[in-house]
Amino acid sequence: MGAETNQPLLRIEGLFKRFEENVVLDGASLNVARGSLVSVLGRSGAGKSVLLKCLADVVRPDAGSIFFDGKPLGVGNDAARADFRRRCSFLFQSNALFDSLTALENVALPLEQTTDLPDKEIRERSLEALRQIELEVHQDRYPSQLSGGMQKRLALARAIVTRPELVLFDEPTAGLDPLRRNAVFAMIAKYQRQFGFTALVVTHDLAEALIASDRVALLDKGRMCFEGTPAEFSASTATVVGEFRDSADALGRTIAAIRRGEALQSEDS
Amino acid sequence: MLRALGRYSLSIVHELGDYALFTGQAFRSAVGARRLWRRIVRAGFEQGVRCLPVILIVGMFTGLVLGLQGYYVLNRFGSESLLGALVSLSLVRELGPALAALMLVGQAGSALAAELGIQRNTEQIAALETMGVSSHAYLVTPRLLAALVVYPMQTALFVVVGLWGGSLSGSLLLGLEPGVYWSAVEHAIKSQDVRECFTKAATFGLLTISLCAYHGFNAHRCSSATGARAVSASTTRAVVQSSIIVLAADYVITSFLV
Repeated sequence: MGAETNQPLLRIEGLFKRFEENVVLDGASLNVARGSLVSVLGRSGAGKSVLLKCLADVVRPDAGSIFFDGKPLGVGNDAARADFRRRCSFLFQSNALFDSLTALENVALPLEQTTDLPDKEIRERSLEALRQIELEVHQDRYPSQLSGGMQKRLALARAIVTRPELVLFDEPTAGLDPLRRNAVFAMIAKYQRQFGFTALVVTHDLAEALIASDRVALLDKGRMCFEGTPAEFSASTATVVGEFRDSADALGRTIAAIRRGEALQSEDS
Repeated sequence: MLRALGRYSLSIVHELGDYALFTGQAFRSAVGARRLWRRIVRAGFEQGVRCLPVILIVGMFTGLVLGLQGYYVLNRFGSESLLGALVSLSLVRELGPALAALMLVGQAGSALAAELGIQRNTEQIAALETMGVSSHAYLVTPRLLAALVVYPMQTALFVVVGLWGGSLSGSLLLGLEPGVYWSAVEHAIKSQDVRECFTKAATFGLLTISLCAYHGFNAHRCSSATGARAVSASTTRAVVQSSIIVLAADYVITSFLV
């Protein structure tokens, strides 16, 4: 568990976002304590990625407030926004690595473009970040020459090289097999402890999130319908939580019913 | 019908305004941009060195054809000695800047539109913004500033190679005295012509590179297609509009300068 203080590092209040007639976020609220690993769960299309993109300023929310370290990040608060961007990193679902740059150049990019550090120090810090995620030997390779897992680690190295206090992970395990899903969650938990950043992970992988997270939240129809510890999530009697948590059991029941139906049909014929 | 025409006109005005803001933003972003020189040098390499073969080849053939056609036309009036003047003025005033710009649009402009379109599609541009890096300053500004230098340089090279091409066909193949050819070239070209040539080249560079960058950067806004098709559509639009704007701007500049 990360060390928690009274004031959350990130506070989201009543976030609202619609795309034409489609309401994606309908008053979503969440607190993320300093040093913790928080997972936001939800079905596909529940608004999880839009929530993260609102935080990263890629998407502008229609209403609601976001507070980082107690300061509001609304329109007009350019200084607070700049401070947030300096202290926060975003890890895209697609990794968003620059395919024309080598692994080392990818990691060095945020330092080169946002700091006045000398070239030598940028190189040293970038190599150090690559070393920490065990990719130093691949520093001259391009992203397309790395495996999916390595690309994920490289994206993480780029995210942590600026020593952020908050890292936002957008579905880091999407499209991965169970073994790789475990590896990615283990990597996030390991580096979150090692570097001491606060992590907000958006995912729909329930089992991994419950094991790795300090707290979990459930986003449904644009609203946060649960927020608590993994133990509280497991014990919750709320219908929405139950539906999501017991989805594997529900699938088992559905399959059993289908098989029974098939059996009846074959008996009929 | 009128409503559709009005809506179409408004969309064009909107897009023109958006394009002007985009280009203005690219220049504004140059202020305070970190390590801009490196990016300009890299962009200069892409627009300069990589496009060199096509400039040399097209310049040479343009000069060869001008030499041939010019010789036969002037021969009818017994004025072959003016071949150098005809080739040099055609190249310096019109063909050099326009053809070099069209070749650069075909190679560097299309590559830029496609590259930015793919970067938009794969969230690389969004990633820059989340890092606090100005995507205009990183991706567009260096290319624009490089174009202001590289286009005139490539045009000068195109003209020089074209002049050699004209000399080859006029003197080597058709028997015109080389001294007569080069003397006519020397007497025909005035400093005003060279100024016009470079003004045109720099303007074409600014217009075409900003247009190609604009279309690639906004590939996600393409209403008729998504994904790879949006990149393809935006690249096509960038090349077609850039080619048209080169010729249109050529006419406007010529009418002001002549």
